[in-house]
Amino acid sequence: MAIESNPSGIPYTLKAKDFATDQDVRWCPGCGDYSILKQVQTTLADLGKLPHETVFVSGIGCSSRFPYYMETYGMHSIHGRAPAFASGLKIANPNLSVWVITGDGDALSIGGNHFMHLLRRNFDLNFLLFNNQIYGLTKGQYSPTSEEHKKTPSTPFGSIDHPVNPIALALGCDATFVARTMDRDPKHMKDMLQQADAHRGTSFIELYQNCNIFNDGAFEVFTEKDSKPDTTLILEQGKPLVFGKEGEKGVRLDGFTPQVVDLNTGGFTKDDLWVHDNTDHVKAGILARFFDNPSANPDALPRPFGVFYRTERPSYEAQLHEQLDAIKGSMGEGDLDKLIAGSSTWQIG
Amino acid sequence: MATQAQEKKSVIIKFAGDSGDGMQLTGGLFTDDTAFTGSDLSTFPDFPAEIRAPIGTLAGVSGFQLHFGSQRIFTPGDRFDVLVAMNAAALKSNLKMVKKGGTVILSEDGFDSKNLRLAKYEETQNPLEDDTLEGYEVLKIQVTKMTRESIGESPLGTKERDRCKNMFVLGFLLWRYSRSLDTTLKFLNAKFKSKPDILDANIKALQAGYNLADTMELASDRYTVAPAELEKGSYRSINGNDAIVLGLIVASKKLGIPLFYGSYPITPASSILHGLSKHKNFGVRTFQAEDEIAAVASAIGASYGGNLGVTGTSGPGLALKGEAMGLAVMLEMPLVVIDVQRGGPSTGLPTKTEQSDLLQAMYGRNGECPLPIVSCSRPSDCFEAAMEACRIAVQHMTPVLLLSDGYIANGAEPWRYPKASDMPEMKVEFAKQNGEANQFMPYQRDEKLARPWAIPGTPGLLHRIGGIEKEDVTGNISYDAANHEHMVKTRERKVELIANYIPEQKIESGHESGDVLLLGWGSTYGVCESVTHILTEMGHKVGHAHLRYLRPFPANLEAMMRGFKTVVIPEINNGQLVKIIRDKFLLPAVPFNKIQGTPIAHEELFEFILNLVDKG
Repeated sequence: MAIESNPSGIPYTLKAKDFATDQDVRWCPGCGDYSILKQVQTTLADLGKLPHETVFVSGIGCSSRFPYYMETYGMHSIHGRAPAFASGLKIANPNLSVWVITGDGDALSIGGNHFMHLLRRNFDLNFLLFNNQIYGLTKGQYSPTSEEHKKTPSTPFGSIDHPVNPIALALGCDATFVARTMDRDPKHMKDMLQQADAHRGTSFIELYQNCNIFNDGAFEVFTEKDSKPDTTLILEQGKPLVFGKEGEKGVRLDGFTPQVVDLNTGGFTKDDLWVHDNTDHVKAGILARFFDNPSANPDALPRPFGVFYRTERPSYEAQLHEQLDAIKGSMGEGDLDKLIAGSSTWQIG
Repeated sequence: MATQAQEKKSVIIKFAGDSGDGMQLTGGLFTDDTAFTGSDLSTFPDFPAEIRAPIGTLAGVSGFQLHFGSQRIFTPGDRFDVLVAMNAAALKSNLKMVKKGGTVILSEDGFDSKNLRLAKYEETQNPLEDDTLEGYEVLKIQVTKMTRESIGESPLGTKERDRCKNMFVLGFLLWRYSRSLDTTLKFLNAKFKSKPDILDANIKALQAGYNLADTMELASDRYTVAPAELEKGSYRSINGNDAIVLGLIVASKKLGIPLFYGSYPITPASSILHGLSKHKNFGVRTFQAEDEIAAVASAIGASYGGNLGVTGTSGPGLALKGEAMGLAVMLEMPLVVIDVQRGGPSTGLPTKTEQSDLLQAMYGRNGECPLPIVSCSRPSDCFEAAMEACRIAVQHMTPVLLLSDGYIANGAEPWRYPKASDMPEMKVEFAKQNGEANQFMPYQRDEKLARPWAIPGTPGLLHRIGGIEKEDVTGNISYDAANHEHMVKTRERKVELIANYIPEQKIESGHESGDVLLLGWGSTYGVCESVTHILTEMGHKVGHAHLRYLRPFPANLEAMMRGFKTVVIPEINNGQLVKIIRDKFLLPAVPFNKIQGTPIAHEELFEFILNLVDKG
């Protein structure tokens, strides 16, 4: 759905390709990043975004080359710190549509600190975490989201690092919008991007993204036609948690314990199932823990995709500017000469 | 009151006590009162890194040094005329710096057996009873007892009463230097407006101390210090960090762009953050970031958005900011990084002063990463130095380092402050579309080699910037070998060209050429001035030049240095500017270094230079 004018009424006819730069895209052929790039360009066109009011800020890593391919403003910053650059930018100009592009190493390893503080402060921007569970640009070392025992150049005998759960971490930081999607489901991704953009506050999206060079097939079990219906759970607001090829399986809550039930043989109907409510922080926390790897554990709960949680909280920059305005209102515009003189002066001569 | 006051040309007082004794406040209030009398003055607060080290210990001694007089005062002074010691530890750590025949005012209650033990006096030793204080004028006062008595009936507990001890001492000194209580009473009334019991107790203690001095035969000596011959004008007292606050705000207003200050608390830079956050009615945006890196990154982000992005820190924080400063060099983005230096390396001496970050400022980043460096020479100078750093950053599209240090940051002096309208106008313009839409060349340069400042939100200027080497003019990513060399040289040249946009180096005092040039930077200003004044009066051919611009150097610096037989560079470090001067000019500059966390004393530099000129 393309709209014809932006909110200020300017006729608007940009297409997805108008958001593409003339630079050659240098990701490896087959990389999941291509799909994300395309969906972001399409979404911006669909939403009627003005390129000059849109800024992409990234850190370092494969995904962080993203700004060079967007015909908007862009800053490719330093490793892990994109949230801090974006924070200063949003304070300087709250009207900009800011998109932080980052990866699992950039956001969760070297930039873990900034990740936490960005989410709790709730700057009004979109935060896209490209999670491929591997270090691509440095050639294949394990990342903070890699599974245990992973053999990589830096862990030839298997990794002993326990992986971080990005959704649970984001919820723990009191993020106001938490969602997950995947590179292989463009329609779902676009839906998530649009919802993220509509949300006022930091919109966190974890995107499962395949690195076909160093970690090919990391998310295959969730993305391939054969296994996907049984391993993934698409979260829809107000709808019961149903999955399976024929929609024959569901998730119900037994107290606080999630339980997979068979709707055909288990004696339960859809009415018995957990109905998704993305405003419920406790339930979002339980959903975040649907995290076992189905390849390793056949009884694993299905991996949820969609909006886990959303809430409204004033953004940092809005509050900062409200405070500035209120202080100017009560104290009046500052007088430089009074400021320089201070409260205690004397005369000589 | 029959006593005839004796006139003094200058006096150095050191207030020393436990961290909890309120010596900084006492010193500060006495300084304010002194300033009103028209004396010139210089102060040096000296306190431990611990907020409250164990009471009574040597580690917990906090001091405030004040030098005031009817002549020009350049430094807080070397040796004290008067030491106020609130306990045994304060006496022990300061007595060696009292002039022979000087006055020691002691709070007797601070010398009981526990205090003596904590001050590490020998088992049987009591400095009040043995010959330790021989040769000094000693005034022993039962400060605690008399303070408690003076307060009399009051709902306050003993602990709160004892907090008024510093007011008792202040009252005593105000009488001794022929002052009234008016200024202090005004301060107390304002500070404790909502706490009448505390106000009452403080006033009673202050008056009791004042009256004691008046009646105490021992202390019948009373002194006056005539006003100094200072330039006519309006004065205020200012410390370095407060002056930086004012300089940044004035610069932002002159430039017409909002000031953004991103910072992470660190001694001794934190009070810049505190100061700026009070002035939001000037549109100042302060951001207490989660760490040093986020602080500088947020400032760069704000500059990218069209604000005047500034961050402040001290040495360890500067180390953390290095990578982001390198990015700002690549982005060619305005940014001011303030480093209020302290003793290093690592955590070092957080509350002590040092000038040991110059090499870090000059070279402490990966790659060829030049940026301009501006330094502050004394508290009031921070005002203009901060404005200059901002001007250079926005007009030359570059990060700028502003170096101050703990001594300047906390020290105060009288400042003949300007009107905002007296300060030079500063201009900055953001790029606008000029030609075909989005064919913008972000690295097209002007005559200063500065690129345009194109901020997001501007139609027609879409472009991408980043830390990867870029092609000149277009700003596109480039790994081309020749382009990289060209860009490295261009970034260097851009910084060097700033020499055409800064004033020539001047001689502060003394001769324009001759035997010895004292070439200083930063907080050695006062001691270089005082030594030069005396040596020139003695007829020696000595001059003093003080560098505000450390990179690039003023264009005439080399010629000036070559006009002297010897160039001496005094620094509170192990010899840093001297390395740079030798390297750049192949000139055998002589280092003079002190690395004790304290300013260079007049005496030691004077003797060193005298030796040189005597040898001829």
